[in-house]
Amino acid sequence: MRDLGNAVGAFLEWLADVGAPSWLLYVVSSLVGMLALLGWALGSQLFFIWAERRLIARMQVRLGPNRAGPFGLLQPIADALKVLAKEMVTPRGADRLLFWLAPIAVVVPAITVMAVFPFGERMVLADLDVGVLYLAAISSTAIFFIFVAGWSSSNKYSLLGAMRSVAMLISYEVVQVLALLSAPIFVGSMRLGDIVAWQGQYKAWLVFLQPLALLGFIIASAVEVNRTPTDIAEAESEIVAGYHTEYGGIRWGMFQLAEYIAGFAVAAVVATLWLGGWTLWGLEEWVPGWIIFLAKVYGAFFLFIWLRGTLPRLRIDQLMAFAWKFLLPLMLLNTLLAGLEVLVWRETGAPAAAILPAFALGNLALAGVLVVGWAVLLGQLRPERRPARPLLVQEVGAIYYRPLEEAREA
Amino acid sequence: MGEPLVVNVGPQHPSTHGVFRMKLTLDGERIVDCEMIMGYLHRSMEKLAEERSWTQNIPFTDRTDYLSAMTGNLAYCLAVEKLAGIEVPPRAHWIRTIMAELQRIASHCMAIGTFVNDCGAWHTPLMYMLREREKVLDLFELACGARLTTNYMRIGGVARDLPPEFLPRLQALVQELPHRISEYEELLVENEIIVARARGIGILPADKAIAYSVSGPMLRGSGVAWDIRKADPYAAYDQVEFDIPVGTHGDCYDRFLVRLAEMRQSVRILEQALDMIPPGPVQTPVPLALRPPPGEAYGRIESPRGELGFYVVSDGGPSPFRFHIRPPSLINLTPLPEMVRGLTVADAIITLGSVDIVLGEVDR
Repeated sequence: MRDLGNAVGAFLEWLADVGAPSWLLYVVSSLVGMLALLGWALGSQLFFIWAERRLIARMQVRLGPNRAGPFGLLQPIADALKVLAKEMVTPRGADRLLFWLAPIAVVVPAITVMAVFPFGERMVLADLDVGVLYLAAISSTAIFFIFVAGWSSSNKYSLLGAMRSVAMLISYEVVQVLALLSAPIFVGSMRLGDIVAWQGQYKAWLVFLQPLALLGFIIASAVEVNRTPTDIAEAESEIVAGYHTEYGGIRWGMFQLAEYIAGFAVAAVVATLWLGGWTLWGLEEWVPGWIIFLAKVYGAFFLFIWLRGTLPRLRIDQLMAFAWKFLLPLMLLNTLLAGLEVLVWRETGAPAAAILPAFALGNLALAGVLVVGWAVLLGQLRPERRPARPLLVQEVGAIYYRPLEEAREA
Repeated sequence: MGEPLVVNVGPQHPSTHGVFRMKLTLDGERIVDCEMIMGYLHRSMEKLAEERSWTQNIPFTDRTDYLSAMTGNLAYCLAVEKLAGIEVPPRAHWIRTIMAELQRIASHCMAIGTFVNDCGAWHTPLMYMLREREKVLDLFELACGARLTTNYMRIGGVARDLPPEFLPRLQALVQELPHRISEYEELLVENEIIVARARGIGILPADKAIAYSVSGPMLRGSGVAWDIRKADPYAAYDQVEFDIPVGTHGDCYDRFLVRLAEMRQSVRILEQALDMIPPGPVQTPVPLALRPPPGEAYGRIESPRGELGFYVVSDGGPSPFRFHIRPPSLINLTPLPEMVRGLTVADAIITLGSVDIVLGEVDR
C-alpha cells in the first residue's frame, strides 16, 4: 500500500517472468490504470454527493440526508438507483442521435484529463511531456458536447444555457490557460511529474510563488465547472437547468457525473500545480503520497462546495466583464512577472534558498496590491456606494424618489 | 437581428413563485417585450363568496394570499364590521395587531429568502429565513391550531383568546428577532454580488408607481411614504409608534432593503403590543347568521404585500351581494413589463422576485 505504482510494477514483472509478450504488458498496465482512475473518480463522486449535501445542509441550518444507512451514507447509492430506474424522455423535435450522444461524450474528456495527474511518485497513467498543455486542451473539449446537448434538445432554455456556456468558455479559457502557464515558467517543464518534483526539491509550493495565478485559476475553473457564483449555464432560477433541461434519468446523471469529475480534475490541478502534488515537506517519506494528494484534492474541492453554499450568482455580462476587465489584465501581468523573476534567477544565479522566499514575499505582497488596486481603479468608474439602509420617516404622503442617474452625478 | 426568440417563463418554472407565466420576447439575452399571462390558479372566490354566509367566507380569505392568511382575515372582518357597524373590544384589536405583524415578519422572510434565491444563492439565505418563519408559524399554531390557513379572526373580534403561554413565547421571539435580522443584514445587505445584481435593476419611478396604483413595499421602495397603518389606522395601529422605511431609487435593491427594514419595525410594534395589550373580552357577540343592513363598505389594511381591500355589498340577506377583493399582488404585478423591458432574462427573474407575488392572490 505504500506505493500502488510499485504494486502494479511488481505484477508486470511477474507477468514478464511468466513469458507474456510485451504488448500484453502495455495493455495490462493501461487497463489497470484506467480502471483505477475510473473507480477512484466514481467512488469519490459517490462520497462527495453525500458530503456536499451534508455540508451544505450544515451551512443552511438543516440536517441533510440522514435516513439511508448510517448518517445517510447510502444516500448516493439510493440516488444512483433512482436515476438509473427513471424513464429517459427524448423530446419531440430533438436531434435524436446528438441528443443521445451528448451525455455519453461529455464524460469522456472529464475522465481523460485524469490520466496525467501523478497520484504518487510512480502513480501516473500517462506521463506526458506536455501535461499542462494536455490539461488545457482536453478539459475545454467538454464544452463542445455541452453545446451539442443544448442545441439538440430543441428547447429554448437549453439553447440559452448552451450559448452562455460557450460565451463563458471563450472568456475564461484565456484566463485559465494564462494561470496554468505560471507553473511551467518557473519549473521549465510541462510534465506534471516534474512540476511536483520541483516543488518537492525546493520545498516551495507554487501557491506561495504564484498566488495570483491560483486565484485566477480557481475563479476561471469555478466558471467552467458550473458552480455558484458562476453557475450561469444552468442557472436554476433563470433558465431551469440550462443545457440539460430536457435530460432525465441516467442521461441527466451522466451530466452530473461529468460535472463532478471535472470538479475533481480542477481540484487535482490545484493540488498538483500549486500545492505540491503528493509531496508535503518530507511527510511523504512516512505517509503514502497518494493519501497526501487525495487530501489536497478533496480540500480544494471543498472550496467549491463552500462557495456554492455561500454566494449568489452573477449575471452573465457581469461575469464576462469580470473576466476581460479584471482577471485577464492581472493574469497577463502575472505571467510577465513570473517570466522576469525566472530570468533574474537564471542571470544572477542566486541560491534558491535565498531568492525563492524573496520572490514569494514579493509576489504575495504584489498580488494583494494588484487585486485591491485594480479593484479600486475599476471601482472608481462605478457609481458611488449608496447608503445601505432605507430612510425611516414618520409622516405619510411625501415622495423621496430620486433617479439613480441623478444620484450618480451628485 | 433575425427572428426574435420567444421564451415562455412559466407556468412551470422554478422562479415564477407559482403558476404565473411571462412570455418574453428576446434578442439574445435582452428582453424586447414581456407579456404576462395569469389566471392558472383562478378559483372564482368572489363568486363563491356570494353563496355563503358572511362568517363562512372567512376561510376563503385565508386562501387568497396563502402566505399571509391573518391579514386576509383581518381585512375582510374589518370590511364587514364597517358594514354592520360592529364594535370590536380593545383586546381583540391588540391581538389582531400582533397577528398581523407576526404575519408580516413571516411573509417578508419568505419574500426576501426567495428574492435572494432568484439572485442565484443556492437556498442558503432562504433556509435561514425559513427558520424564523417556522417560529412565527409555531405561535400561530399555539393560538389557533393552524399554521398556514389560520382562520383566526372573526367578525367582531378573534376566534378565541390567546393561550396563557402565548405571550411569554412571543416575548422570547421578540427578543431573539433583532439579532436574527442583524444576521441577515450582515449576510445580505452589503453582499457585493447582490448589490451588483439588484442595484439599478427593475426601476419603477415614483410617478409611475402611483399611476399604476402600486402599494406596499413596492411603493415605498419607489420613494413614496405611504402606509395605510398610518394613513388610515385600523386595529391598534393608532396607538403604536413605528417608522415607514422608504427607498430612494425604486429598484430591486430598494424593495429588498425596505422589506428588511420593515421586519425591524414589525418587531418594534410587537414590543409595544406586549406592553400595552389589555385584558378583557376578545369578541363582541355577533349572530351566526349575520344580516348586515343594506349598503356597501370597503375595508383596507396594509398587508405584507400592499393595500389589501375588501369591498362588500349587502342587500340585507345572509350572504354578500357582492364580494370584491383588491389584491395587492395583482396590482403590483401590472408594471412588470415596463420594468423589465431592455433588461436581461436574469434581471427579469429578480425583478419578478422583488415584486413578491402570491399567485393565490393574483388569480383568486
